[in-house]
Amino acid sequence: MTATTNESSSAVAPVEEITLTIDGLDVSVPKGTLVIRAAETVGIQIPRFCDHPLLKPAGACRQCLVDVATPDREGNLRAMPKPQASCTIEATPGMVVNTQHTSPVAEKAQRGQIEFLLVNHPLDCPVCDKGGECPLQNQAMSNGAATSRFVDIKRTFPKPIKISTQILLDRDRCILCQRCTRFSDEIAGDPFIDLQGRGGGEPGGHGHGLPAQQIGRFDEAILEYTPSGEQAPNETQRTDDVVGPYGQAGVLSSVAGSIGAALEDTSGRPFASYFSGNTVQICPVGALTSAAYRFRSRPFDLVSTPSIAEHDACGSAIRVDHRRGVVMRRLAGDDPAVNEEWITDKDRFAFAWQTSPDVLTAPLVRDEETGELVPTSWSEAIALAAEGLRKALDGAGAAALPGGRLTLEDAYAWSKFTRVALGTNDVDFRARVHSAEEADFLASRVAGAGMDVIFGDLERAPRVLLVGLEPEEEAGTIFLRLRKGMLAGRVRVTTIAPLATRGSTKLRAEVVRTAPGDEPAVLDALAGLTDAAGTSSGDLSELKAALAEPGTVVLAGERLAGVPGALSALDRLLTATGARFAWVPRRAGDRGAVEVGLLPGLLPGGRPTAEAEARVDVAGVWGVGTLPAAPGRDLTGILDATTSGEIDALLVGGIDLADLPSPADAEVALAAAGFVVQLEVRRSAVTQHADVVLPIAPSAHKSGTFLNWEGRPRPFGQVFTTSALTDSRVLGMLADALEVDLGTRTLEEIHRELAEFDGWEGPRTAAPSVPAAPAPALEAGQARLATWRLMLDSGRGQDGEPHLAGTAYRPVALLSPATATALGIAEGGRVRVSGAEGDIVLPVLPTPMGDDVVWLPQHSPGSSVYRTLGVTAGAAVRLAAVDAEVAR
Amino acid sequence: MAEQGKGKKPAPGKGRGQGRPAQPKRPAAGRTPARTAGTSTGKAPAKAARPRVEKFDVDSDVSKSGLAQFFAPVAGFGVTMSTLFRPVVTEQYPFEKKPTAPRYHGRHQLNRHPDGLERCIGCELCAWACPADAIYVEAGNNTPEAQYSPGERYGKVYQINYLRCIFCGLCIEACPTRALTMTNDFELAGTTREGMIFDKDTLLAPIRSGMLAAPHPMVAGLSDADYYRGDVTGPTTEQVAWVSDRRPDDESLESAAAAAARGATGDGK
Repeated sequence: MTATTNESSSAVAPVEEITLTIDGLDVSVPKGTLVIRAAETVGIQIPRFCDHPLLKPAGACRQCLVDVATPDREGNLRAMPKPQASCTIEATPGMVVNTQHTSPVAEKAQRGQIEFLLVNHPLDCPVCDKGGECPLQNQAMSNGAATSRFVDIKRTFPKPIKISTQILLDRDRCILCQRCTRFSDEIAGDPFIDLQGRGGGEPGGHGHGLPAQQIGRFDEAILEYTPSGEQAPNETQRTDDVVGPYGQAGVLSSVAGSIGAALEDTSGRPFASYFSGNTVQICPVGALTSAAYRFRSRPFDLVSTPSIAEHDACGSAIRVDHRRGVVMRRLAGDDPAVNEEWITDKDRFAFAWQTSPDVLTAPLVRDEETGELVPTSWSEAIALAAEGLRKALDGAGAAALPGGRLTLEDAYAWSKFTRVALGTNDVDFRARVHSAEEADFLASRVAGAGMDVIFGDLERAPRVLLVGLEPEEEAGTIFLRLRKGMLAGRVRVTTIAPLATRGSTKLRAEVVRTAPGDEPAVLDALAGLTDAAGTSSGDLSELKAALAEPGTVVLAGERLAGVPGALSALDRLLTATGARFAWVPRRAGDRGAVEVGLLPGLLPGGRPTAEAEARVDVAGVWGVGTLPAAPGRDLTGILDATTSGEIDALLVGGIDLADLPSPADAEVALAAAGFVVQLEVRRSAVTQHADVVLPIAPSAHKSGTFLNWEGRPRPFGQVFTTSALTDSRVLGMLADALEVDLGTRTLEEIHRELAEFDGWEGPRTAAPSVPAAPAPALEAGQARLATWRLMLDSGRGQDGEPHLAGTAYRPVALLSPATATALGIAEGGRVRVSGAEGDIVLPVLPTPMGDDVVWLPQHSPGSSVYRTLGVTAGAAVRLAAVDAEVAR
Repeated sequence: MAEQGKGKKPAPGKGRGQGRPAQPKRPAAGRTPARTAGTSTGKAPAKAARPRVEKFDVDSDVSKSGLAQFFAPVAGFGVTMSTLFRPVVTEQYPFEKKPTAPRYHGRHQLNRHPDGLERCIGCELCAWACPADAIYVEAGNNTPEAQYSPGERYGKVYQINYLRCIFCGLCIEACPTRALTMTNDFELAGTTREGMIFDKDTLLAPIRSGMLAAPHPMVAGLSDADYYRGDVTGPTTEQVAWVSDRRPDDESLESAAAAAARGATGDGK
């Protein structure tokens, strides 16, 4: 909630400076600056509630009243007859402003306004979560009267209302500043909450046919709303986990479900927002609170540490607040270059996984007699792991699967360890759908490319093309930036996707409707290489022209790896149009992993393994004689080779088998592996196959750097003092036991080495040129599977946070209305989607999309596509109606 | 240095011993020159004072009369002799216990409302006010099935570390609900450090006759503010019925039922 200048607008052109006088001080500010911000520049604090630098001016709370005089045409100073709201009035040349410090009128106006706001504000600061960090509390102390003159009965509403499982609303405390509604409207774009009954009646009564003025959802029961205007009986549903001041159960908001499956969350309410937690943070009173932090602690209890969110590749700045060794909450940090002051609910609320009961605290090894995993000392575990690896190195060899959640430093240690200690290029960070084509594409376009497209570009580019990327689900901060640019009228978003999702609707994106697998054809058509495209969106000529314009940005998601030929076609498109490009992975560690060469064909700094010169270069930095020259295998290759016995030992990092394209094959490979060493934070499905398990520090217990999708280093510090070790330390110990000096003991050592890999001038990996696969032949009753992950799903990172899980979208299958009708699925019916290995049954939501496509959430409750169906996106699946009797 | 110390030390000791009988003269004689010396010599009053200290030595004091000089060796017993004839102040603690002053700052107590609900709302203001960081509070969320205090919030964990507590009473001043008060109990000794951290089970006031043990619902129709105003004077029959449904063996039921039958609360709302 600090002053943030708009970096994007100030960078465009020099803005005219104007000079005004505030409290007798001359102030020069750019034209268009609000008086309240101009005052901030000279250190004059005007009290305010509704004003927020990232939201549009509203003038709702009237707290920032100041005395203003402006020169008239003749230059004579004319005082405005009444105090003005400084948060809505722009500074003009020669303006004279007197704040509460110099004007008794302004001082009295502010004092009166605080008194007015406090008339109906309950005196429940001791039970309020905001108490101690509350702008209303603070400003009532600094700018309010010491005693209350109010003796009447305060306005009350039934409370608290559970708007979602996570967000609680207390209307008594609300001062109607509308920060939350403006956030929902201007930033997130979700129909979350709004102002109702403006100028209406008193609580429990209607004036002018309106309910009392309040913030909330349109909820007939809570508003006691009837179309005829008569008062309806207050039949609200109650929750069983919170009570109000009368000891009555809290009110559940809108559980009727009348809006249909489309917008329901998993708790059956209308879907709120992926960004709803931000409203809690910007609420200047305690009207919006979160269930997760309800009554957990007080600000003076908390120790705050700035950090970086680990859940996606955006690298959002966060603040971690902990009390006595337990993280109590996370808040959005303020980083204008990256996430401004907003973060996703996942980044905010999903931190319980770091303290879940299955977190590993001691190394585990197999008991010699029982074969069970038993805790042991580090020295024994390292010795056993080294012994097993040495045996494998003498035999068929070992390979590494580090996973995509590593910090840059840890990823570097993995990369070096694999090449130097394991002597192989069999390493792949991708624990997801992948291809050799993707590896080549990343090596040619992403690795060592530095920062090109940044967040600021996303709100300025005339056109942004999204391919295989659903920003709201996969990179929330990108979504917010695109929406900001779109609302400012600067950015037009086009997405190549099978359907218009809720996210792309909020971005007002044009959808080039493309069945999964047809992306190469569309991309080639856009590049002007082919004429016709297999899309139903028809004319692409306008988009084609737009892509050639300077400043156009193309964002490609990691999912594109699953479409043969797509990344080759994308490369051709980028070459043909010269558009700027960024690759947006889902995981926090993916970009860093590419930079340090955690791919079979890549060494640090974008150096191709195949180039002898590159190998010599890297070997020189590492101080080793030679590096393995043989091309490595990717994840699937490593698993297949392990199954067939070509690889003896596996070194496995933070990998969830459910993320892998074929979890069943991975299980087989792990079972077949002679020796498995796991480096993990928590017990996982891999643990039962592991011979040695080495515990790794969760992100709150370590420091490091994430490279976000921009390539921007996002260093973060350690929250807790701990003895837990990072990957780089553990690998260093393992290397020592293998009699190799890894040199990764400290972050400084690693950064010193990393700096030496800058600027590779030699040849790079050639761009891939893979032909597109022919579309699968669809029989009757079959459809092509489109699937991607939702932000809130069954991912293990969200474990232990039921309030957050309740705000996820309810998993549904998306079908075109024609397909649903053809299958005989009525409204509210369910569909059975059958793949090679099993079935998924979900409620159907008819959606405008291709008739031969079905969309499923990739890894949500009741819909784990890879594990259950055994197929990936683009495959043909069979559809059938489920008997309506069985439904629910 | 050693000599100076020797010369210095006995003087005040003896001076104090004689002090009372000779009160009117001695301090005046001692103080006035010291003040002048202090002001005149400025920074070094100690040096200037040294020879005068020697002058006060009993043996060399020539200002006293002969009789005073004769009794000087036993003058110190004057206090003893006079005290012999005053009433004895020795208390036979712990055999005889005397009541403390009414507002004595003793062990804390977490009070209850007359219907048995806890007054503490877990707001942590006591912990905030505590200058010795002796109080630790974790708040909890009341639910319809587990209402411990009126309103939304209650103190789930409440600890006072009596090894840290300085009994200043700032916590009592901070408490917005009069939940925390101090008792007159001062017998706080223990053999372990852990034992000196008092938990909610020790600090919470016992259920008195006529109270209903928490958790149970609030008096119907009254808010937490009504509780603070003192509108609740005892449990209601509804509350008793609620508890007897869920905890039929609760010990407080009998007297609470009797109190509810007398109809203290609920009819006057």
